[in-house]
Amino acid sequence: MPEPASTPETRRTSRGRLAAAFQKPSRRQLVVAGLLAVLGFGMVTQMRSYEVNDTYAGYRQQDLIDVLNGLAGTTQRAETELARLEETRSRLQSDTSAEQAATEQARTEIDSLEVLAGVVPVTGPGIRITITEETGPVDIDSLLDTVQEMRTAFAEAMQINGQVRIVASTSFEDGVGGIYVDGTLLEPPYVIDVIGDPATLSGGMVFPEGPIEQLENDGAEVVVEELQSLDIEAVAEPDRTEFAQPGSGS
Amino acid sequence: MIAALGLLVGILLGLIFQPDVPPSLEVYLPIAVVAALDAVLGGLRAYLDGIFDDKVFVVSFLSNVFIAAAIVYLGDLLGVGGQLTTGVIVVLGIRIFSNVAAIRRHLFHA
Repeated sequence: MPEPASTPETRRTSRGRLAAAFQKPSRRQLVVAGLLAVLGFGMVTQMRSYEVNDTYAGYRQQDLIDVLNGLAGTTQRAETELARLEETRSRLQSDTSAEQAATEQARTEIDSLEVLAGVVPVTGPGIRITITEETGPVDIDSLLDTVQEMRTAFAEAMQINGQVRIVASTSFEDGVGGIYVDGTLLEPPYVIDVIGDPATLSGGMVFPEGPIEQLENDGAEVVVEELQSLDIEAVAEPDRTEFAQPGSGS
Repeated sequence: MIAALGLLVGILLGLIFQPDVPPSLEVYLPIAVVAALDAVLGGLRAYLDGIFDDKVFVVSFLSNVFIAAAIVYLGDLLGVGGQLTTGVIVVLGIRIFSNVAAIRRHLFHA
């Protein structure tokens, strides 16, 4: 519909029509202006509400259901993951406790092996054998028999003269004015400290043709004291074995 | 001139009052805005073609907005509101593009 106020020249081109509309506003433009105002108003309102609205309030029902479904799936996955991790944790915990038990057992074993190997000082009840030479030197065999009898009577640790720990590999050798025990010259009187059950140990000394009789035949005086507490301070140096290797154990 | 002023006034009113969209209309407002935009561009094209009629413009504006909102409302009732919104937006987008192309040809002869 041509503008009534337009001249024929301006009406011919579309650009001219636009320019004419700007130059000569008509009353009909008011309607268009009203609708455009509605459009601008709606546009700005929507932009603002979209900016402000970051909750789920603007979602339609189906979208909300989808969101809910997604969350349910995520929850389920998370719970599965949680269960898996908890299982792993309990497995690791039981592993740890089993390992601790094994460590504890190994430590106990180490303690008893250390006592047997004589590498640590020990204390406990036992007997003290004092051998004093009276009329003649003590025969090394008698001394060895004494040690052997103590081992038979479940002696757990032994030392002689407070200097040498008697262990599985301890050697006895005759020397000038005494005996060499593990290469250390010991002179009489010999004092042997033995840790074990005192009654059993002293019983192992006194039987007929036992160590006491043998030692007295050598011309020595033997005194056996039963002690409730005895300290063995001497330790044996653990030797690295040169030839023996641990076997497979079966 | 007055039309451009109207658009400006509307934007200013929106900025000044900052109205809250009622929740029931929240879904339809964006669709209605896009539909109105299409109607306005169509009107501008018609004006440049020299066939503009304000009655046609008013009717097309209102019916565009109403039909777009009605389609989305129907889609919501049928449970395909989201998809229908997308469809309406696509159709209106295509129309906006073709209208703008015609306007561009008028104004720049290119």
